[in-house]
Amino acid sequence: MPEEKTNTFSALTLWVRWVNIGFIYLTCTVSVAVALWVLAIISVLIHDAQAAFHHFGMAFLMSSSWNPLGNNGQGQYGILPQIYGTLVSSWLALLIAVPLGFGVAIFLTERWPLVPPGLQTLLAFLVELLAAIPSVVYGIWGIYVLIPALVPLTMWLHVHFSGIGIFSQPPTRPSMLVAGLVLAIMILPTVTSLAREALAAVPPDLRQGSMALGATRWETLIHIILPTARSGLVGSIMLGLARAMGETMAVAMVIGNSNRINISILQPASTIPSLLANQFAEASGLQVSALMYAAFILLIITLLTNIFAEVLIGRH
Amino acid sequence: MTAYSMDNSLGGEADVILTSHVKGFYYGPFLALRNIEMKIFKNRITAFIGPSGCGKSTLLRCFNRMNDFVKGARLEGQILFNGRNIFDASVDAVTLRRQIGMVFQKPNPFAKTIYENIAYGPRINGYKGDMDELVEQSLRRAALWDEVKDKLKKPGTSLSGGQQQRLCIARAIAVQPEVVLMDEPCSALDPISTRRIEDLMQELRDLYTIVIVTHNMQQASRVSDMTAFFNVEMREGSRTGELVEYAPTTTIFQSPQKEATQAYVGGRFG
Ligand SMILES: Nc1ncnc2c1ncn2[C@@H]1O[C@H](COP(=O)(O)OP(=O)(O)O)[C@@H](O)[C@H]1O
Ligand SMILES: [Mg+2]
Repeated sequence: MPEEKTNTFSALTLWVRWVNIGFIYLTCTVSVAVALWVLAIISVLIHDAQAAFHHFGMAFLMSSSWNPLGNNGQGQYGILPQIYGTLVSSWLALLIAVPLGFGVAIFLTERWPLVPPGLQTLLAFLVELLAAIPSVVYGIWGIYVLIPALVPLTMWLHVHFSGIGIFSQPPTRPSMLVAGLVLAIMILPTVTSLAREALAAVPPDLRQGSMALGATRWETLIHIILPTARSGLVGSIMLGLARAMGETMAVAMVIGNSNRINISILQPASTIPSLLANQFAEASGLQVSALMYAAFILLIITLLTNIFAEVLIGRH
Repeated sequence: MTAYSMDNSLGGEADVILTSHVKGFYYGPFLALRNIEMKIFKNRITAFIGPSGCGKSTLLRCFNRMNDFVKGARLEGQILFNGRNIFDASVDAVTLRRQIGMVFQKPNPFAKTIYENIAYGPRINGYKGDMDELVEQSLRRAALWDEVKDKLKKPGTSLSGGQQQRLCIARAIAVQPEVVLMDEPCSALDPISTRRIEDLMQELRDLYTIVIVTHNMQQASRVSDMTAFFNVEMREGSRTGELVEYAPTTTIFQSPQKEATQAYVGGRFG
């Protein structure tokens, strides 16, 4: 068969060859451009953060003062509470959104004896719709609906479980918990639709093979379907986490923007994005540089999360 | 009562393990099979032959109730397994499938290691014995042990197509079924892998009852003891599968009683 190929060097095959080569060059150029763009963003961040790097060094990550008047009027900055808040609020969101999102995804991809397919389609549509709601609307909803609705629950948690650290302090209206809940709802469509895709991509003959061995529906789901969809599922978690860590507006509206680390999730907190949203408008001089440094740290955290995810999936 | 006296070379008459009294099988409004009266004999290899779409796979999937998962599928009649109707309310389809295993047309190893592919079935079925031993025994029976014994931790999908299909056979027999249903198990394989699986079936015959659907008539005549020929008939405006002739394989291939059988095995259609 190779002989045949070399003998038929027609105009068409030549043309196809050139298109191929052209396409390869095009995709190479685009990939390099994207990579350069990312590098450009990072280098601008690093450049603008230079002053803060010099002033605060690694102590920036360990300090919890954010005081433009401190240090003899030069400004004293550190983002430990924001790092803590970013991690805790996003993990809190995952804790709620992942079980819920996976549950919905499983409900949507399995066939159930008594469930009309129309209901599944409707539910899928509603979850996707959550993604179309702007961030500010979530913030407003958080302030006017969720916070008042949560008051009895947070009071109850504090009264009955004040021995547990995360419920140890009396509830305030804006809080880490509210931020986590709002984030959970915001990342639910991401987690659900990616998890659903991952589950739907599992070949049906694996399911049949498992059922034919005398496995029940649940055994098949747990031992065959979920492990087969593993990398897609981890991807859905990671994308949800990345969204939660980067979310700015809604969090800034409901988290309370407190510059202190408080172990109680019923109390206000702050995240790196909410800090940026609140401070940039009025910042100048070293404060801008400190904010750039904070943004750079957010980038690093996201990067580490992705590397962690890759290791988890098993591709190195 | 046996409708057919078995070939003498097989050692006299055999016990019946499965009996079909399927009056009609429907996919929604579509009548796919009608009046299938047949007995499957224990420790024999039974081949289903016939043109595409005559319902061979459908009937096979009735035996282990895999059609339960097909929306709108409905069966009228009975199928007896060891004398008991498998559609009785008291019969658990999950338990039934442990006793009647299946090998599919396309090899479908799980995204697990070779070892775990075999161990999965016994494990979910509560097997308490020595798993290593069972895995080895199943792989040996499927004539795959020598090829994979040094790479049990490798993924099942890393094997060649023929090896994957033998892995699927090993997986099916690891749960120690009484019957193994095979739906065109060699159709995706090369001739050498096909011969290996045919040889394997001969070795498994003493331990299991095998029902095999095949497109390949040489295969049916080489491997099977009994052959059932199905054909499509027009009934009430739909193309319905029927059992035309069922007899020892030598009879079907050398002196078929029905004209349609003769035409089919003679290669004049299909
Ligand atoms: N899941 C299904 N839904 C609807 N019709 C089906 C389904 N499976 C098979 N059929 C139809 O039933 C008939 C028998 O199919 P099948 O049992 O696969 O035949 P064979 O295995 O002999 O080729 C065919 O007309 C086929 O189109
Ligand atoms: Mg078929």
